[in-house]
Amino acid sequence: MRSTTEARAQASPPVRRRAARLPAFASRKSTIALGMTLPLILIIGVLVLYPAGYAFYLALLSKSMDRFVGLANFDFLFRRETFWMVVKQSVIFAVSAVLFKALIGFLVAHCVHNVPARGQRKWRGMLLVPWVIPPAMSTLAWLWLFDPSYSAFNWLIQHAGGEGVPWLGDPYWARFAVILVNVWVGAPFFMIMYLAALKSVPEQLYEAAAIDGANWWQKLWYVTLPMMRNIIAITALFSLIVTFANFDIVRVLTNGGPVDQTHVFATWAFKLGIEGNDIPLGACVSLFMVPILAIAAIFILRDINRRGTEA
Amino acid sequence: MVTGTRAAVGIASRGSIGRDRRRALFWSYFFLAVFVIFFLTPPVYMLITSLKTSAEISAATSPWWVFSPTLANYVELLTSSTYLTFFRNSALVALLVVAITMLISIPAAFALSRMRFWGSATLATGVFLTYLIPDTLLFIPLFKIFAFVREATGIELLDRWWLLVIVYPTLTIPFCTWIMIGYFSSIPKELDEAALIDGAGYFQLLTRIFLPVALPGVIAATIFAFTVSWAQFLYPMAFTTSADQLVLPVGIVTTLIKGDVFNWGQIMTGALLGALPPLVIYAFLMDYYIAGLTAGATKG
Amino acid sequence: MARVTLRKVVKRYDETLAVRGIDLDILDKEFVVLVGPSGCGKSTTLRMIAGLEDITDGEIIIDGETVNDVPPKDRDIAMVFQNYALYPHMTVYENMSFGLRLRRAPKEEIRTRVQDAAAILGIGELLERKPKQLSGGQRQRVAMGRAIVRDPKVFLFDEPLSNLDAKLRVQMRTEIKRVHQKVRTTTIYVTHDQIEAMTLADRVVVMNGGVIEQVGTPDELYHAPATRFVAEFIGSPAMNLVPCHLVETSSGLGLHLDDNLVLPVPADRIRRYQPYAGKSLLFGLRPEYMVERRVHTGPHQFDFEVLLEVIEPMGMDTFVHFLVNGMDVCARVNASAGARAGQRFTLCADLDHLHLIEHDSGKVL
Repeated sequence: MRSTTEARAQASPPVRRRAARLPAFASRKSTIALGMTLPLILIIGVLVLYPAGYAFYLALLSKSMDRFVGLANFDFLFRRETFWMVVKQSVIFAVSAVLFKALIGFLVAHCVHNVPARGQRKWRGMLLVPWVIPPAMSTLAWLWLFDPSYSAFNWLIQHAGGEGVPWLGDPYWARFAVILVNVWVGAPFFMIMYLAALKSVPEQLYEAAAIDGANWWQKLWYVTLPMMRNIIAITALFSLIVTFANFDIVRVLTNGGPVDQTHVFATWAFKLGIEGNDIPLGACVSLFMVPILAIAAIFILRDINRRGTEA
Repeated sequence: MVTGTRAAVGIASRGSIGRDRRRALFWSYFFLAVFVIFFLTPPVYMLITSLKTSAEISAATSPWWVFSPTLANYVELLTSSTYLTFFRNSALVALLVVAITMLISIPAAFALSRMRFWGSATLATGVFLTYLIPDTLLFIPLFKIFAFVREATGIELLDRWWLLVIVYPTLTIPFCTWIMIGYFSSIPKELDEAALIDGAGYFQLLTRIFLPVALPGVIAATIFAFTVSWAQFLYPMAFTTSADQLVLPVGIVTTLIKGDVFNWGQIMTGALLGALPPLVIYAFLMDYYIAGLTAGATKG
Repeated sequence: MARVTLRKVVKRYDETLAVRGIDLDILDKEFVVLVGPSGCGKSTTLRMIAGLEDITDGEIIIDGETVNDVPPKDRDIAMVFQNYALYPHMTVYENMSFGLRLRRAPKEEIRTRVQDAAAILGIGELLERKPKQLSGGQRQRVAMGRAIVRDPKVFLFDEPLSNLDAKLRVQMRTEIKRVHQKVRTTTIYVTHDQIEAMTLADRVVVMNGGVIEQVGTPDELYHAPATRFVAEFIGSPAMNLVPCHLVETSSGLGLHLDDNLVLPVPADRIRRYQPYAGKSLLFGLRPEYMVERRVHTGPHQFDFEVLLEVIEPMGMDTFVHFLVNGMDVCARVNASAGARAGQRFTLCADLDHLHLIEHDSGKVL
């Protein structure tokens, strides 16, 4: 049996028939798909996107929210010294905390990766504990460790012959303290990400590098870091967003004090908007977190798109 | 922190390499010990303090040791109706949020990973981006919206614990959907096709094939949703005030600290008990916990 | 059990035509193999029969019913996938019974059917295992078992042996043939491996570039290829193809391969080839029809001398390679014929088996 095969035979009728058939089939499938994604779209739309847009509108209203005042709230903020202090503190807080989290995470991940495999699980298990405890709870422990009269750290320092530190009483020490606690909470996350990345570097690359005569830091520089570049970047970016938007630690540890010296955007916005009952001004302050978010979002989008095209 | 020697040790065991390896091991253990002490000091200190009486806490003895341990703080908290109310509110909120999150994100992830439709790729990316919008940006407009709802309809949303059940899913759903998309996408397409030929519809495909096969992902997402709900601090701080509507973190911070009187024994006990559920989950399901943690970056 | 008919079936993905209108009639109980290089449309055709791809145009008929708009589950077919697609969370028993359970068959019936199928495949011992605990060959059997249990009208196989190692592949090939002889279900089997196609099929469908090149029994394809593509694709080592001129000689027609070699066209083919005299054609002859010099057993055997370039001993036979008109040509000689690389050697070609192919159309004359 020979079958004749005329490729050119299908000219106009198929197009017509396909057009008639496809919608019925496709519409059923997309109706189901839409039904399955609708709750997601609704909840994100109503409780995330709408409020985010609403924040911009709120920022343009007067304190009693009955008058449209344009950029007057921003103008008011720019004239206040506290605002610029909060900007400075937020940036110092986020940048230094992320930097130390990244460095400590990197160091600890290498150490865990370096010890014999059977012990790694145990070490990893202990090292992730700060991340697991809800930050509001663990910050309470830090608050107690920094207590002005009963600080357990000061007890150690004094027994070693030193002088007690006013952990939360002095502006500089207080800034150090909130950064320290933030690093303590966040470093384990970096550690776990880097560890996952380290495990994914093929061992043969190190063997090849060893045969090529690379010493340990050359291996680190030419093999490990390039292979981990993506993970390092994305983890740092995530952490930058989360740290910049941090509320729990500062709120519990210092509540912005002493004299507003440790406020970050989130805690100051809370103080003005919720406690001070000036919602527009609070919205205004919180909006200053948007630029960093936008930048991060652009980088992450680019990364997703690149991976999309690679796949 | 010398990764290279791992490889080197397999190649030869000449003296210098062996010495390098030993030195690397020494420093690794040294740093691990330093950081384990750093990382575990606060929780351990919580435990130490929680076992002390108020008298011992304010005594001049070493704060790092318990001389006369007592469970009085635990007994007192676990019989205090206020604390138990916090605990109940937290548990109810967390469990309901987990349920809502799963009910919404699993079907959505299924549709986004398998049923290509108009805009599905954009939607998947958009879901991930909303995960980046922090609670600290949303709490003020949300507060205003809830107040507005009260004015418009008379329904009181603020200062109700169940409001948190409505709000928390915005924190959990985007990420859970995202990691479920990752897990679902890793299921080979032939498995769907085999099931389709075997006679399964979309619903059966999801419940009888996808969910069981992606069970590790479901567990990881559940853990994530639970821990996020349990630890959330800003929303309850902003939206709830009455003692009987508070959840644990806010309850401990606001009610156990009364003015300038800090009952540190009770605060530490309360915080430790409040940290217990996530810690227990972590202890038993560490691998799933970590899988959920790393999924965002490795799958995205 | 059923006939499967394809009428002018077309598959278009956006701009590309994957299947360009094929007609095929598969008889009840028949074992048909679709074979061709990757991208030839064979898998797409199979998936259209299964209902996993919609049909752009044309018609697919299973057992007298047009199934174009029938979803896969209602087509009463079973399919075995290349990567087996076993449900990883189910035991072998659950895997095999899944389709029946979805159709709410009685428990008793499910059990007997699974056990019968397991008996046919010799996997009775494995029913409680999970796919992870099985070897490649066992997974393959389970995938087949899942198809058999359903007792469908048609079996579809999509490159089911590609993931197995060479030895197991041969073993499973025999197994598939044995099962088909036992259950006699209409079977459509897709592969890129022409040996698999030849050994398994009642009829082979050779596809290329979205069209069917030829349909026929393995014997027909081997001895009477219709096109240059089929001639080259079927058979290993492949048929030798050398450009030639068909010239008129004193005794009739001759094939001018190069200046040293002119082969006489057998007398019974002169009439057939006469119209092409003077044209440039492709001469085709399979390696096994060029052997060491021996006593002629037929009228159209022809001796010629070549310079051997490469020798490949295969044990039973030896493949020898030489150049004709710049083209590598392979002959299959007896291992004891004493062929050596770099030597001149006399070969005997059996010209009864030659093929002449038109350059432009690729048609075998």
